[in-house]
Amino acid sequence: MERKNVNRIRIVVAKPGLDGHDRGAKVVARALRDTGVEVVYTGLHQAPRQIVDTALQEDADGIGLSVLSGAHMTLFAEVLRLLRERGAQDILVFGGGIIPDADIPELLDLGVAAVFTPGTPTRAITDWVHTRLSAA
Amino acid sequence: MARESESGLPIEPVYGPDASGTWDPAEKLGEPGAYPFTRGVYPSMYTGRPWTMRQYAGFGTAVESNARYQQLIANGTMGLSVAFDLPTQMGHDSDAPIAHGEVGKVGVAIDSIDDMRVLFAGIPLDRVSTSMTINAPAAVLLLLYQLVAEEQGVSADKLTGTIQNDVLKEYIARGTYIFPPKPSLRLTADIFKYCRAEIPKWNTISISGYHMAEAGASPAQEIAFTLADGVEYVRTAVAAGMDVDDFAPRLSFFFVARTTILEEVAKFRAARRIWARVMKEEFGARNPKSMMLRFHTQTAGVQLTAQQPEVNLVRVAVQGLAAVLGGTQSLHTNSFDEAIALPTDKSARLALRTQQVLAHETDVTATVDPFAGSYVIERMTDEVEAAALELMGRIEDLGGAVSAIEHGFQKGEIERNAYRIAQETDSGERIVVGVNRFQLDAEEPYEPLRVDPAIERQQAERLCKLRAWREQLRVDEALRQLKKAAEGEDNILYPMKDALRARATVGEVCDALREVWGTYVPSDGL
Repeated sequence: MERKNVNRIRIVVAKPGLDGHDRGAKVVARALRDTGVEVVYTGLHQAPRQIVDTALQEDADGIGLSVLSGAHMTLFAEVLRLLRERGAQDILVFGGGIIPDADIPELLDLGVAAVFTPGTPTRAITDWVHTRLSAA
Repeated sequence: MARESESGLPIEPVYGPDASGTWDPAEKLGEPGAYPFTRGVYPSMYTGRPWTMRQYAGFGTAVESNARYQQLIANGTMGLSVAFDLPTQMGHDSDAPIAHGEVGKVGVAIDSIDDMRVLFAGIPLDRVSTSMTINAPAAVLLLLYQLVAEEQGVSADKLTGTIQNDVLKEYIARGTYIFPPKPSLRLTADIFKYCRAEIPKWNTISISGYHMAEAGASPAQEIAFTLADGVEYVRTAVAAGMDVDDFAPRLSFFFVARTTILEEVAKFRAARRIWARVMKEEFGARNPKSMMLRFHTQTAGVQLTAQQPEVNLVRVAVQGLAAVLGGTQSLHTNSFDEAIALPTDKSARLALRTQQVLAHETDVTATVDPFAGSYVIERMTDEVEAAALELMGRIEDLGGAVSAIEHGFQKGEIERNAYRIAQETDSGERIVVGVNRFQLDAEEPYEPLRVDPAIERQQAERLCKLRAWREQLRVDEALRQLKKAAEGEDNILYPMKDALRARATVGEVCDALREVWGTYVPSDGL
């Protein structure tokens, strides 16, 4: 696949489902941008299929999902399933929101690379993204 | 050295008698219960009776939520506050594809009158007051409530409560919008007119800054953007031919209470003074009730932490105290597990108990506006007021609230403030107990409440039965009449009520309006 700029990490920050709380997504998006990441923000109310389409169109290295409505198990799983279906499982999926600790192991098993819950410093997220994707 | 308030205003270490310059209490404060209502909207405030304790609740099915309401009533709560799930709030039925995973999660799933009837079973609707957090489909849920009341034999003039019905702040902060601004405002005017004629004691709107604050707005931004939305609603209703005094007494507001008590008290007092002046001077209101800013308060959920969650009990008590010292008419105190999941029975009860301690074990209810005349509070009230008026002026310069929304003004300002707060928290400049200071090495495990995932299937089955059983021809005709009204100028609530009575679903009614009005697509960049 043709790559635009090997050194520039490209992330789609997405709000799947019907949840309208975008404070966290926007803060993380800005923080990533401030550390040199190219960020595409999807806006609210995205179906998993739209998010995967965006990630493929934008040739993204990763997708950051934010869900505060409790629908994370369904929506994260659906994004991962669609990525596999489209042969794009190399796109790193991470996320955050109001996600109980008890759900995190199952999300990791599904293939989510990392889950960041409330109170996580933005620095921890941006550092993680750079560490995971800089070598790619 | 001056410290900065949440609105970015200086707070000096000491204030004296000269804090507010030449200062005329008669002009700035007036008497409690009198213009400009700085000291509160009622002469006796809590000395007569305390605020209404109104705990927002609802999850899963109508059956489960009904049980929670019955329990809240048994525990002494005085008003219900219904949380709807996101599909209901977005006008989708539980079996719509986009609803997958969201059904019953953040509130109760209501698809039709059959669900609404179950939700209020055994609750006498002439004796409770019910607040419904519903915005874009507010008319739909209000009419369902009225229909259930009719079935209970309760006439509409006995119904009391509030619909949030504030779609402008959805574009700014909360995100559960459906239609574009213009038809949304027309619908708002239809609701005002309908309620004036049919449900006169209903609060037709709760103009909300809470969600802006949760999204990151400062106190000055919160009241400025909210009051500017209020101005837009008043202009809309006046343009639709209503007399200001015919609807303004039924307008209510909704704000946050943060842990920063002093500035919050100043904020509430400033908001009352600004609104009174706007209503009197700009809109020529004559009825004092039109000038009163009555408001509900919820404690700041965004200040609660997932770390050491029991500490949130303390934060909520402080926030609740700020709301009471600021003269709120009703209060929701958050549960301490808010940053983790939906409240459990126990955490919801503790949240209510917090209010009961404030109301019955402290002396803050003994006298009205206890901070009046405090050097710092009066100075901060003036300063928050000035900062808010400046922001309201910028919105006017952009052509009013809707035009400013279309420019992305309010959302941009709020997001900048949210990012600043995140950076201050990251750097440790802003201390959050248990998060960036005073952490535990290992957090105790916490078992949150979970919503049964089977609810989605159960709701889908109920819908399937409903669609098989109802008179489809009657539904189709009613929806056709609804669309006709939406295309023209007739009040759409009357045909909408007919459609809902015929068992059209929430999703079908909203889809009919989507066909006529389209949907709102924001220009949402970074």
